[in-house]
Amino acid sequence: MDRHEMKKAAEEIRKMTISAIAEAGYGHIGGSMSICELLAVLYGYILKIDPSCPQKEDRDRLILSKGHCGPALYAALAWKGYFDRELLKTLNQNDTRLPSHCDRLKTPGVDLSTGSLGQGVSLGIGVALGCKMRGMKNHVYIIVGDGEMQEGQVWEGIQFAAHRRLDNVVLIVDDNKRQLDGWVADICNSFDLAQKFSAFGFTVFHADGKDCGEIYDALIMAREAEKPAAVLLDTEKGQGCSFAEAADFNHYMVVDHEMAAEAIREIDRRMEEELKK
Amino acid sequence: MTREFNDWVMSEIEREEIEMRECYCNALIEEARRNGNIIVIDVDTSNSMGTKPFYRAFPERALNCGIMEAHGIGMAAGLSSVGFIPFFHAFGVFASRRCYDQVFLSCAYQDLNVKIIGADAGVTATTNGGTHMPFEDMGIMRNIPNMTVIEPADSTMIPQAVRHMANSWGNFYMRYGRRKMMRVYNEKAVFEIGKANVLKEGCDVAIIACGIMVHEALLAAKALSDEGIDAMVIDMHTIKPVDEETVIMAAEKCGALVACENHSVINGLGSAVAEVLCENLPVPMERVGVVENFGEVGTQEYLMEKFGLKASDICSKAKKAMARRDRL
Repeated sequence: MDRHEMKKAAEEIRKMTISAIAEAGYGHIGGSMSICELLAVLYGYILKIDPSCPQKEDRDRLILSKGHCGPALYAALAWKGYFDRELLKTLNQNDTRLPSHCDRLKTPGVDLSTGSLGQGVSLGIGVALGCKMRGMKNHVYIIVGDGEMQEGQVWEGIQFAAHRRLDNVVLIVDDNKRQLDGWVADICNSFDLAQKFSAFGFTVFHADGKDCGEIYDALIMAREAEKPAAVLLDTEKGQGCSFAEAADFNHYMVVDHEMAAEAIREIDRRMEEELKK
Repeated sequence: MTREFNDWVMSEIEREEIEMRECYCNALIEEARRNGNIIVIDVDTSNSMGTKPFYRAFPERALNCGIMEAHGIGMAAGLSSVGFIPFFHAFGVFASRRCYDQVFLSCAYQDLNVKIIGADAGVTATTNGGTHMPFEDMGIMRNIPNMTVIEPADSTMIPQAVRHMANSWGNFYMRYGRRKMMRVYNEKAVFEIGKANVLKEGCDVAIIACGIMVHEALLAAKALSDEGIDAMVIDMHTIKPVDEETVIMAAEKCGALVACENHSVINGLGSAVAEVLCENLPVPMERVGVVENFGEVGTQEYLMEKFGLKASDICSKAKKAMARRDRL
């Protein structure tokens, strides 16, 4: 797998996300930035999906349980060809098809609606169980935030998936260390997520969430695992977007066109340097 | 002269021979033989909910997820997104309150397809007491856009309701007492979701009821008849969408109404009827139901008396509504 191509896709999705949020004027930038690499790897190299047939029955499913990071998912869907990139400019506009939180009834390619944290896990596990009952060989990828792991429902779902040995479930934690109000460790510590997942009967994989190659390898192993799998991604909230990385509060931010332009120039410079290596 | 009950009403009203849960599970099994997508989800109450026979009939289509209402409902929604038709069972308090946001967002908001059965409606929870006695379940479910809310008077409606739910896309909440009800209907009765059954014509006052209160309404109508009052009796088995046409018809014919429910007077059947009246034909109306109270342990009889749910309570409210009308 060409790691450079994967990184290029991630930066492209990142730039599209920043532009869309700047067009809206503000948005959930922090958690959107931290999943750009993940989304690039998933949509570019992992998910068995066909944008020309978004409802294909035995497709892989992706559920973004941290539904507030819709802007990043929309950028990935546009990048993949589910809809025209121009549509990204309508993020959060009146009557938009791209609302702040993911909506399956509005956006082509969104499998299930999310936004109330924790619920995407149960939805995804229901899909995974249903697909297994139908004898399908597909996989269900569920993206949760590390803050979201505080929701009790997440652990109900994890326990059930383990009990049923749903080996078609890959649960990916965007471990960006921060939640809306601050550092997860300060607000209500998640403690050792890997140990918790193991205790619940999941196979656990780790990856540097900034390194597309590592993410790819972890996802491949998770997909092949004989038990439900968790992939813990070591990420940074605001990742790859310096104004967001630097902000004390970056869960959502006001982003103007100037900030976006500067961030995009910086990403382009970074890509050029990557190329030279 | 007061009028008789129509020919769907049993001539002798006695306690049923079959429990509601048994009738329900039989109906679901029969429907599941025709429809391979029907599945059962329980949350460690399959014994209480009476779904065990389904597990024996279709072991691969019955899922007990343990004590996880929030996850169970969410998982049901996910299963419905791949074409299954989940029937989710729990005590009414847990099927509604405990997982309200999941019902709201995972099921209704994204137009998925989950059928929720909440047992032990109101005082039928008897000795399980206040923690297990839902007086607000219909109200909070009624507040969810496009949710259909049903409460059958006895087991006669159950098979027809199950068939309707299985064959209609969308989210449903059906509440009932899981044990033996008073048998109100004979086998001729037909139930159409959203269409009330007029069990007795009348012109003096209309009694609109659901669930166990339909039996009380019939008793009240008999008692009123002895006093020369000709009461109309309506089984409003579908609380949402409420049958506006029948409510307006009753208001036109009688000019006074009583709504009766084994539920809080806030946001249940009484509220639904009042909403129709005040926007169409405001006539004096009284509500029989639980007023600003929590449940407690007791026999059904004791609790009905305590919370003012008896036929005698309906009679006094009926007379009050008539007096208000006559003063107009």
